[in-house]
Amino acid sequence: MGKIRTVDELNSLRQSIIQETDPNKSCVRICMTGCRAYGAEEIRDAFNEEISRRGLEDKVEIRETGCHGFCARAPVIVIDPQDIFYQQLTAGDVADIVGKTLVKGDIVDRLVYVDPMTGEKIPFAHDVPFYKGQTKNVLRKCGIIDPTNPSHYIACDGYAALSKVLITMSPEQVIETVERSGLRGRGGAGFPTGRKWRLVRSAAGDTKYVVCNGDEGDPGAFMDRAVLEGDPHSVLEGMLIAAYAIGAKVGYIYVRAEYPIAVEHLKIAISQAEELGFLGKNILDSEFGFEIRIKEGAGAFVCGEETALLMSIEGERGMPRPRPPFPAQSGLWGKPTNINNVETYANITSIILNGADWYSKMGTETSKGTKIFSLAGKINNTGLVEVPIGIPMRKVVFDIGGGIPNGRKFKAVQMGGPSGGCVPEEHLDLPIDYGSLEAIGSIMGSGGMIVIDEDTCAVDVARYFLSFTQAESCGKCTPCRLGTKVMLDTLTRITQGEGSEGDIALLESLGEQVRDTSLCGLGRTCPNPVLTTIRYFRDEYEAHIKEKRCPAVVCDALCSYHILPDRCQGCMICLRACPTEAVKGGKRMVHVIDQSKCIKCGTCLSVCPARFSAVVKVSGKHVPTPEEPVPVSAAMKGDLEHENNH
Amino acid sequence: MKGRTKSQKPDLAKLDKIVSKYKGEKGVLISVLQEVQAEVGWVPPQAIQRIAEALEVSLGQVYGVLTFYAQFYLTPRGRNTIRVCRGTACHVRETNANLRAVERILGIKEGETTSDFKFSLETVACLGTCFLAPVMMINRNYYGKLTPDKVEPILKQYS
Repeated sequence: MGKIRTVDELNSLRQSIIQETDPNKSCVRICMTGCRAYGAEEIRDAFNEEISRRGLEDKVEIRETGCHGFCARAPVIVIDPQDIFYQQLTAGDVADIVGKTLVKGDIVDRLVYVDPMTGEKIPFAHDVPFYKGQTKNVLRKCGIIDPTNPSHYIACDGYAALSKVLITMSPEQVIETVERSGLRGRGGAGFPTGRKWRLVRSAAGDTKYVVCNGDEGDPGAFMDRAVLEGDPHSVLEGMLIAAYAIGAKVGYIYVRAEYPIAVEHLKIAISQAEELGFLGKNILDSEFGFEIRIKEGAGAFVCGEETALLMSIEGERGMPRPRPPFPAQSGLWGKPTNINNVETYANITSIILNGADWYSKMGTETSKGTKIFSLAGKINNTGLVEVPIGIPMRKVVFDIGGGIPNGRKFKAVQMGGPSGGCVPEEHLDLPIDYGSLEAIGSIMGSGGMIVIDEDTCAVDVARYFLSFTQAESCGKCTPCRLGTKVMLDTLTRITQGEGSEGDIALLESLGEQVRDTSLCGLGRTCPNPVLTTIRYFRDEYEAHIKEKRCPAVVCDALCSYHILPDRCQGCMICLRACPTEAVKGGKRMVHVIDQSKCIKCGTCLSVCPARFSAVVKVSGKHVPTPEEPVPVSAAMKGDLEHENNH
Repeated sequence: MKGRTKSQKPDLAKLDKIVSKYKGEKGVLISVLQEVQAEVGWVPPQAIQRIAEALEVSLGQVYGVLTFYAQFYLTPRGRNTIRVCRGTACHVRETNANLRAVERILGIKEGETTSDFKFSLETVACLGTCFLAPVMMINRNYYGKLTPDKVEPILKQYS
């Protein structure tokens, strides 16, 4: 493909790509991003080998795509045109898929998704509840196209929004459309995107910048990674439209170095866009020119904060500065700068192509459009889901997410990572939008949704988040630097059984001060996990402090491991595995854990065969065990007096 | 990743080549340091001096940037890098037990390197592979749904 000089050339190229594509040709779409961790590369190689062995190259396309979203079932593939969904594959399954499905058109039964609720086999992707409950807008091409092949992107209306903007719209009209769409920043704070663009456009000065925040630092959030890896051109096109609207000639994408595939795909996309003439001077024969540079992050969570991110692009330590002036007035190198997050830019093309009215029909009164959430933690269907803003959280967690594994009980959803708060059962029917989440002490944030169950300790989760934010605090302002430290120390004491009366009140008052007085978003939001867990799970805090007990049996200092004498078969597996020789016993002798030697590493529990399940971890409970090993037969007869504790 | 620590002494000619590529551009300190580290495996003291002079910034500024970002190493690295994920999904699935197992087996703490330079141990905020939780990465390989008893056999593959 050579340089595309005009809109007509682009349109006729799109037509010819579509016409040359045989809709009946089989296409195997393999997720080659997230699923790589589970061997997608071996599966692709096996497909290519099998296809060439059978001479099917002309009949079957093997397509490497971005994330399909259903990560829990990785590695996954979808076969078009039938939309057959196979999951949890190995390279060994490939010969069967080619022989049965691609050659004969039959379904390979054992690879089909089985609905765990109903036991029903669901061979087609569009029938799988995880996919059926979603509304894919931003992710509509992710998992469908090969992100390294620009023809795929162009065939799916790629760069059509850009050409529409350049030919038919003034910058003012673009801003007005984005304003009317109701799109709000997807990075977390939810500032209206159109208004931000207007501020930058009206700021004084000729040199302006467009910046894309791809520093997705919230642990547990991976939607920006999926978009950058699976559909990078859509981000470039969104940035181009923003640049046209505000009058910028240069843009930067700041992306985490921890996302090597995202960086690689972005670099490929940028050089393709340059070759095709979508980046550079006089784009599509217009006056408009734009270039994009990539800046790789170097591992600092605070750089997700916009002023810190700008410092980092400038090659400095990423320390936030007070606002105002906002980056819209004085940003990169002191020039007016528009900063949006990856998902925000990826929304733009659909707004331009379908119109503001179409977009604003999705969502709630104050929050429009769709939002991508990453589901993780104690949930069956870990993965990425895109839904209209405003649907109840219960629907996301239970209908799409498939509920909690192992029959455990739901406890809460932690929204928005370390900056967010937890949402307990009582608020599960709340519509997910910016305002409703804020009202209950949580935030929309980047869209990370970590589900926790009854086996997760609320105090430990709060301590975990604080340990993260404390380590990532840049140290510039006192409330954050010292406040997070004292809060972390207090939480650590509580989880170690050294909490004292008054600790909860201390955490509450300190949390409010850190929230109200810190310089940037990191400090202002980091007390949220603590304050919300106190609000909804105060009894757990009190159990740790007053009873020295961890109700979820998590906090090691308050827990102990025991071997149930009536379950132990004296098999020696845990005895051999114990790294500190804390397990006493012998063959066919009930094993006993010497508590003074036990380091609570949990190895005995993880190696004890499930059919015995003899090892238990308890907190605040007495488990009667013999002092010294006794013969298994004696314990089985119930000669030992004990009350069953588990 | 093999042989990343080969050059304990930085090749100054290579260093100058990297720096000269960026000369005259503004805001390039992080990019230069990233490239130097990719070449050498860590950022040795001689390199810090050289970069400061070439970019006409103070030693303090280079050092400040190096210590601010988690990605930069001021000591030589082991041949294999172990990254134990401490993301939220991994945390609630007890990644700490795995971290302790690695620390116990190798006799090092997070952030340290074994004396034979076989392993460096790091923790990371999130690998973005939450469906593998709890997960550990060695070089480019993922080890998902990890339990403490599986750690030793995995480490043996790299010994």
